[in-house]
Amino acid sequence: MEAIKQDSRDMKSEMTEQTAEKKKRDIVIPGETIVTGSEYLPGDCTARDGEDIVAIRFGLSDITDRFVKVIPLAGVYIPRKGNSIICKVTDITFNGWIMDINSPYMGFLQVMECSKFVNKNDLTEYLDFGDMVVAEVYAIKHRGVDLTLRARGLGKLEDGMIISINPNKVPRVIGREGSMINLIKHETGCNITVGQNGLVWIKGRTVESELFAKEAIMLIVEKSFVDGLTEKVEEFLEKNRKKFGNSVKSEEKGK
Amino acid sequence: MAYTKRFDGRAFDELRKMKVKIGVVPRADGSALFSFGDTIAIAAVYGPRPLHPQHMQNPEKGVLRVNYDMLPFSVTERKKPGPNRRSSEISKVIEWALSPAVRIDEFPNTVVDIFIQVLQANASTRCAAINAAAIALAHAGVPMNELVGAVSIGKIDKSIVADLIKEEEDYEDGEGATDMPMAFTSRSNKLCLLQLDGKISGEELKEAIKAGEKACKKVYAEQKKALKMVKE
Repeated sequence: MEAIKQDSRDMKSEMTEQTAEKKKRDIVIPGETIVTGSEYLPGDCTARDGEDIVAIRFGLSDITDRFVKVIPLAGVYIPRKGNSIICKVTDITFNGWIMDINSPYMGFLQVMECSKFVNKNDLTEYLDFGDMVVAEVYAIKHRGVDLTLRARGLGKLEDGMIISINPNKVPRVIGREGSMINLIKHETGCNITVGQNGLVWIKGRTVESELFAKEAIMLIVEKSFVDGLTEKVEEFLEKNRKKFGNSVKSEEKGK
Repeated sequence: MAYTKRFDGRAFDELRKMKVKIGVVPRADGSALFSFGDTIAIAAVYGPRPLHPQHMQNPEKGVLRVNYDMLPFSVTERKKPGPNRRSSEISKVIEWALSPAVRIDEFPNTVVDIFIQVLQANASTRCAAINAAAIALAHAGVPMNELVGAVSIGKIDKSIVADLIKEEEDYEDGEGATDMPMAFTSRSNKLCLLQLDGKISGEELKEAIKAGEKACKKVYAEQKKALKMVKE
């Protein structure tokens, strides 16, 4: 099974969270003062207004020592360099494909950025309208995002199932250093790729195992900020293994 | 006879009972229902998303687009569905009221769409619409500096009253009725909507705006309470 690419930024922030002193997370609304005092530093989704640190998005406040940020609960996916995302071909131009990347902006994949030779006279031979691709963001320009397929684990998705989740919950689904997603992969025997843009590709040997993995991911999204989430997911996987058929079990035997 | 007692028995500065529900439109990015007594408005927010036609795009900042409409059964006499002169004006006014609060400049070339439907009308529909839209924007995760609260302040005969109902709007004795919808931002307390229908003196106007500021604080408290209740 292939290791999943993930946003190193999220990982780093989650690691510091554990070591540093932590306060209880509260829901904050735009315009609400989180803390007052010039010693605090405003982080993501916050702004300074005089002495106050103010939330500018709806989410959970997170205070780590002097660093204040808001973890948004909703909102669109904003592409960042190095993100691996799942996208869909919506248009074809003379030198590449225009992709829907589940964000306010369009993605563009040049023929040059493909990992293998593509016949320039007929780009549909390689990617046709509606095809799904795992790609990486390599540049963000003023109008749109440039994508590449030149890295390990990227390319066209031939079969399997794609589900859509809230992009803000992606770090939860992956877990610290991929712990959560590896747990699901192991238990269901499915191959899973979580795109940073909130699309998740699941491929198992049977439809039942794919649906099992889907249920588990939906559980994480729903209960994303509950304490002891990993245990809850383990419990869920254990309990429902029977329900989703023996196919999963027999697969494990086969390994 | 002067207007000393209100039709529904409220105090002059008392608002109707407010009700807020969040996430009422499942397919929208953010949505909310807001009601002032019998006036009910639903707002659904989509975006930021690509804006078409392309000539409407603004490369310097995003576009806020508001669509306000009343459902045919919301008023006593059936309202013909679709936009009309009144609803397009109110859409524009709501857009202006919300724009100082929304950090739309973070998303150039995109649009944030707000669709507002009035389910039931008993005056102050644009105020309920603004309140619902502000909550829906926050719920959709759109970056905002603050929320916006709106309320209608009226002068019935000689008394300044908050949150008018239809009977008060139609009051004709003495000096008659004056209806002033107004909106304030929650943090900086800036006036971002002020309309006037009727007659009012300068002194009374100042008094009315003060009453509006006070009433909007109550609306904000309600909006805040509802947003804090949202399950993660």
